[in-house]
Amino acid sequence: MLRITGGTVYDPANGVHGEVRDVCIAGGKVVAAVEGGRTIDASGMVVFPGGVDVHTHVAGAALNFARGLIPEQHRKAVPVVHSKLRRAGLGGVTPTTFATGYLYAGMGWTTVNEAAVPVLSAKHTHEELRDTPIVDKTCCVLMANNELLLDLLEAGEYERARDVLAWLVWAAKAYGVKAVNPGGVAAWKWGKDAKRLSDPVEGYGKMTPGTIVAALARMVDDLHLPHPLHLHCNSLGNPGNVDVTLETMKVLEGNRAHLAHLQYHAYGGDDWGTIRSEAVAVADAFNANPNLTADAGAVLFGNTVTITADGPWQHLLFQLTGKKWANLDVENETGCGVVPYAYKPGSPANAVQWAVGLELLLLITDPWRIYLTTDHPNGAPFWRYPEIIRLLMDRDYRREQLNTIPGAVHSRLVLPELTREYTLSEIAVITSAGPARALGLPHKGHLGVGADADVAIFNVDKDPARMFAYPRYVIKGGEVVIEEGELRQVVEGRSFAVRPAYDEAVEAYLRPVFQQQYTMSFDNYPVGPDRVHGLEVVGPATQAGREPGEPGA
Amino acid sequence: MLTLTLLEPPTVPLEAEVLSPDVLAPLSHAEVRALPVYHGKRRLRLDEFFEVEGDGSDHVTLHGDLGRVRWVGRKMTRGHITIHGPVGMHLGAHMRGGHIEVHGSAADWVGGEMAGGTIHVRGDAGGQVGSAYRGSVSGMSGGTILVEGAAGIEVGMRMRRGLIAVRGPVRDFAGLQMKGGTLVLMSGAELRAGAWMTRGTIISLKPLRLLPTFGLACDYAPAFLRLYARHLAGLGFPLPADGSYHRFTGDAAVPGKGEVLQWQPHPA
Repeated sequence: MLRITGGTVYDPANGVHGEVRDVCIAGGKVVAAVEGGRTIDASGMVVFPGGVDVHTHVAGAALNFARGLIPEQHRKAVPVVHSKLRRAGLGGVTPTTFATGYLYAGMGWTTVNEAAVPVLSAKHTHEELRDTPIVDKTCCVLMANNELLLDLLEAGEYERARDVLAWLVWAAKAYGVKAVNPGGVAAWKWGKDAKRLSDPVEGYGKMTPGTIVAALARMVDDLHLPHPLHLHCNSLGNPGNVDVTLETMKVLEGNRAHLAHLQYHAYGGDDWGTIRSEAVAVADAFNANPNLTADAGAVLFGNTVTITADGPWQHLLFQLTGKKWANLDVENETGCGVVPYAYKPGSPANAVQWAVGLELLLLITDPWRIYLTTDHPNGAPFWRYPEIIRLLMDRDYRREQLNTIPGAVHSRLVLPELTREYTLSEIAVITSAGPARALGLPHKGHLGVGADADVAIFNVDKDPARMFAYPRYVIKGGEVVIEEGELRQVVEGRSFAVRPAYDEAVEAYLRPVFQQQYTMSFDNYPVGPDRVHGLEVVGPATQAGREPGEPGA
Repeated sequence: MLTLTLLEPPTVPLEAEVLSPDVLAPLSHAEVRALPVYHGKRRLRLDEFFEVEGDGSDHVTLHGDLGRVRWVGRKMTRGHITIHGPVGMHLGAHMRGGHIEVHGSAADWVGGEMAGGTIHVRGDAGGQVGSAYRGSVSGMSGGTILVEGAAGIEVGMRMRRGLIAVRGPVRDFAGLQMKGGTLVLMSGAELRAGAWMTRGTIISLKPLRLLPTFGLACDYAPAFLRLYARHLAGLGFPLPADGSYHRFTGDAAVPGKGEVLQWQPHPA
């Protein structure tokens, strides 16, 4: 039992915006009152619900491939030295599994969504997630270039495709459905791409990115999955891709979708020399579509590594950088590319990317629908989130930073004109309450009675970057894991998976198709429930089509 | 003057990056003795392995069979290290200045990613002299490495600037993925010299079996080489005064604009 007294509580999901009140914890949950037990005096401190990362890449084959590709960055990374509490590891741009858990928790974040898992490497992903301590985990499984699904959609068999999708979600012990460059990756396996929504997808007669997006979003809603379709739109990163992004919003026809790393999809211009921000157009359209949520995918200057299932984009990025490139072909399911990258303030294109991430966070009016991410590690490693919080909360600092990019770029941005400053309450929304709601995790992201007791307590500091980098206390599931800024206890996290309803007969359909098309045996394919550590199965949501921005708990 | 004598060769590698003038110079005798070294995973005191004479100094002399002592002179920027005996891997890695003299042989990774200073190995050197560490974009970016004996594979791998001169024979992949700088091979090299090189110069006094992706450009006596030969002669690596050089360019597989100058005893 634990009582946190005297802290200024920010719990926007329950309408609490900076009130001094107690938070009581028993049995790993927030309760109305406790008698006895430990008391933490949080007087003068700020109490937040634990952070929730709606889009990150922290485990699995692709991330491990990236780890292997960048030993030169590991040598510069901060080591995690072995102790009685901690396993040895490394920080850096792709922290090792255990270090990932320590670093997230050390920043007050307690739930993460691994955003891109092919079913084929789901076992690997879950094993790495098991070794990622403290934080609770969910993952999204890649579907938009899955050839079993595309073949069914091509044949017009929507119901069976939906059953296959539901079966695959459960086979991967996944929580949500991810779409990456729908159709584009499948086309790339034929040496083509499908950048625009009406482009034909090579190898198919009727499929276009647009039809795939629409079908997947409909399936996710029909299955009442708690998290909407997690969508990485077509034409990521390309100058002038704003049209594709706006078109995607239309194609969804009111179905729910979460637009991942929106920053990479909001560019105007014709080429790398003329790339400019189209954050205003994207934010306006987004504001008008309440079926959508998004995460920023913000960029910070510095070294990192880009990892995505978007194979064709990574090949282009490799051609632009000329350094290293790794490519994975995941049989019938997806592609994957890894390219180390450095965002430089002197590069006009990088400067636009840096600005667009912040512009979207500032222009999208409802903080309940836009969340703080860097698409870790693509825009910047997750442990740099506090730097973004400072940029959002302090317009003078923002102006200072604007001076580090080429002056000629300013006219291609709206950032210099934006004066909005985030409040602490809004920060609590974009880092915790909002993403928890978008993920459909009702026990996360708030401090109401019945919520998981995931709490971060910060010293008040004039510099938000310092304040949010070093919480004074972090409580996970009722256990104090960080105390006086130091790791005191390591607990294991849980894994949430969804079991959507599907016709069991779909297995009889899948087995022969699978045996013919895959290199592994059908029986070895699904992840057994016993292989997922701390598995908690969540049923589909009872209400479909809930407004993502709906206020109240 | 500080003299360290190894008591007996360590059973497993001893990581001793403290053996650098930058660390040692300001310290007293007692402080030098107490410096930490890693024997495998165990952190121990320097004086458990070395007999220490004198106070900290910019002039450091090491004695003994140091074949398992690694990282000597790591990141040094000044001073002199003189080693009497063989020395282990990563000698002078990341060094930026100063001088290391080895009266003996050195293991792999001599001067890995060094940026300045001089390393002179009187015996043989291992592989990856002046190279990039795995994954790094470039290897040595300045300084001089002189090897009197033979050297192993991947000498000068991804080097970007600076000079490596080897008097004895060199094994495969000399100048692998070289990006600049000069590699002088007084006794030639084995297979695939210059593979993937994009820029830089390999000078060989013996015929090389070059890859088919190198093309013969011309036969000439480069004007710059007369000047450069004077510098090399000062370092004890004189180039022949007569003859001319076949100039090969490559590696066309990358494609690259590196040059391989292969000495011909008589003008062709």
